[in-house]
Amino acid sequence: MKAHLTRRYQFSASHRLHNPELSDAENRATYGKCNNPYGHGHNYALEVTIAGQVDARTGMICDLMELDSFVQRQVLDRFDQEHLNALPQFAEEVPTTENLCAEVFRLLEPFSSAQLEKVRLEETMLNSFEYAGGAELKI
Amino acid sequence: MVYLTRKAEFSASHFYHNPEFSAEENRRLFGKCNNPNGHGHNYTLEVTVKGEVNPQSGFVVDLKQLKEVLECEVLSVLDHRSLNKEVPEFSKAIPTTENLAITIWQRLEPKMKIARLHRVRVYETADLFVDFYGEP
Repeated sequence: MKAHLTRRYQFSASHRLHNPELSDAENRATYGKCNNPYGHGHNYALEVTIAGQVDARTGMICDLMELDSFVQRQVLDRFDQEHLNALPQFAEEVPTTENLCAEVFRLLEPFSSAQLEKVRLEETMLNSFEYAGGAELKI
Repeated sequence: MVYLTRKAEFSASHFYHNPEFSAEENRRLFGKCNNPNGHGHNYTLEVTVKGEVNPQSGFVVDLKQLKEVLECEVLSVLDHRSLNKEVPEFSKAIPTTENLAITIWQRLEPKMKIARLHRVRVYETADLFVDFYGEP
């Protein structure tokens, strides 16, 4: 039988929302406080959802330790305690949480023990973003 | 179509062990969860049902009935129990969160009267939950 498992992680990072193609005034109008040149940070909460058949021998979709170490390597080690704008992923892309959410999905998609279904990223307790690789979300 | 979700909580103990595997394989696969003395969780259950709103009652489902079914089929069976030793489904199946969600679905689904069961979500901890939609 097919089940969907969600695991929650946390990381902290700083960013500045700024597009060099826009004027300073346009950047301020678009990004408001997030355009502060000194940047600011968030405690991001990341939810990773995988889907697959439950293995009758283990009762699990996949080995959770395998998922944890993959997320650690691919996402947490890369972004935790970093300035997102300084990373190669955001050399040409504004590190909004929309873009970060899609980037996290791309980084986790190669997970081979189960199918990556969705990534959900909370920027604060008031803002969250979900990306399922272009697919519609399952309620 | 409207979806309604009811929450419930239960606490239970379990351990993961497959007698077909060697002791070493069990430890490698299940880690700390293989401790034969078991350990426990405060589980949170979310049951989502779906249906059309009855124009007379304004309800998708009679919540009183849903609570009774939940109590009788799930909470009285799982709450303050050893899942491995006291819940018949886990005499063979390993009481993982995946199998708990499937078991709860199988217990509730035949008891649904008007609304249809849509999703069973089981939180083992705040950082881990499983959804089951009755998919084969």
